[in-house]
Amino acid sequence: MIRINCPYCGERDHSEFSYGGDATINYPSLDASEKEWTEAIFFRKNIKGFQFETWHHSNGCRMWLVVERSTVTHEIKSVKPCHPDLQKVVENNK
Amino acid sequence: MTKFNAWNVIKNGLNGQSYWTRQWRDPEPKSSYDVVIIGGGLHGLATAYYLAKNHNIKNVAVLEKGWIGGGNAGRNTTIVRSNYMMPGNHEFYEHSLKLWENLSHELNYNVMFSQRAHVSLFHSPGAKDSVSRIYNIMRLHGTDAELWDLKTLKKKIPHLNYHNSRFPILGAAVQKRAGNARHDAVAWGYARAADTLGVDILQNCEVTGFTRNNGNIESIQTSRGIIKGKKIGFAVAGNTSVLWQMAELGNLPIESHKLQAFVSEAVKPLLDQVVVYGVGGAHFYISQSDKGSMVFGGDLDWYKSYAQRGNLPMVQDVAEAAMAIFPSLGRIRLLRHWAGVMDMTMDGSFFICKTPISNLYLNAGWNYGGFKASPASGWYFADLIANESPHNYVQNHNLERFEKGINIDERGAGPDPKLHG
Repeated sequence: MIRINCPYCGERDHSEFSYGGDATINYPSLDASEKEWTEAIFFRKNIKGFQFETWHHSNGCRMWLVVERSTVTHEIKSVKPCHPDLQKVVENNK
Repeated sequence: MTKFNAWNVIKNGLNGQSYWTRQWRDPEPKSSYDVVIIGGGLHGLATAYYLAKNHNIKNVAVLEKGWIGGGNAGRNTTIVRSNYMMPGNHEFYEHSLKLWENLSHELNYNVMFSQRAHVSLFHSPGAKDSVSRIYNIMRLHGTDAELWDLKTLKKKIPHLNYHNSRFPILGAAVQKRAGNARHDAVAWGYARAADTLGVDILQNCEVTGFTRNNGNIESIQTSRGIIKGKKIGFAVAGNTSVLWQMAELGNLPIESHKLQAFVSEAVKPLLDQVVVYGVGGAHFYISQSDKGSMVFGGDLDWYKSYAQRGNLPMVQDVAEAAMAIFPSLGRIRLLRHWAGVMDMTMDGSFFICKTPISNLYLNAGWNYGGFKASPASGWYFADLIANESPHNYVQNHNLERFEKGINIDERGAGPDPKLHG
């Protein structure tokens, strides 16, 4: 079991969460080329090692999180709220 | 290499089994080959075999970082079927099934292919309509497919749970020519047959880098020295992205996910078919091996991973699905479970295609379906490498299909790799 330290709820089993995907994707502007959109939607780095990824605490606070996790050992380095403003709030309340 | 036949079995039986030769050589790497296949799994070995057999290209090496058959070849539930409906896919998998039907003779190696029928249960009128559409498409293309009503199903498989009021079994979609094979025997059979035709199988030979020249890959750095290849094929599903980035080619429409499989202690004959159950978020498939073990599996672990080990929530999930459909398994003990790393693609279909590097060819993205595809995968990958253009069946199984909008999405699940189970 992977244990994810949710900034809102504390440390929980990963079975409470749903895996989202690559957290580093930036969607291009609406008038960007087809090539750019294809790259953003369909193509992935598929990192072997530490990557930033999104998880949804679907059976908990229902917040989206950015988790830095190794795809080889499953070790987690950091867990933050997805939304940058919420990241600031969590930081200030530490 | 001594052929397997009745005469040799009797002769060796009388001589203390002393005349058998080794199954394949353990050669030192040559400095260059006409074709180098990276990946000594079922697909890589099959490709090497068909390059030699169908195209007379015999100066071929297969590089394997571990031992052959030690990756996903040994980490699957050995199911062989061809119940696909998308253009390209159904022809491809049907050809694969036809190759399976003659594989033991072709390779002079018993792959224990058993056409015991693949029985896919349905639990609602909607599911019946949906699967009828797919199985009708199969029939129109000459693949065997039929529907069993409840009476037939009960007669064939009496010990399913027919008393589930939430998800009652209404019948099953059946492909009778589908079944199982012995995974190790397929790897060994292809290796032995390819080796006999002159292919060098280089084990413990990990690729560590590429040297480029004029845009091409000139040579491959490996743990057993530098090897040159006029043409190079990747067949390393699970680790495709790693090699792809080693060749500085950027991103791929692939994520690596792990899929678990389970095997129980051996029991007396219990199940003559492959049974598949998928409803209400559950996904479960089961068969009984020749040894008597129940072999079964379910969904992915739901998060991206390169680890070849499974996590516990899926063990529970699969056990629950097993109990829902097969309550008689309740007291059976699990012997082993393992996980393989899958190339999950953005539309659930594979790639047999050329790449931005002119002497590099790609075989990848097998999702859940790599085992059954092995013979045809080798066949059409060898065809692509030898003839420089893809066969009609795989003409859209390339990396450009996403930009063109011709995704081959059997499930219609959209661009999320983990949903294409």
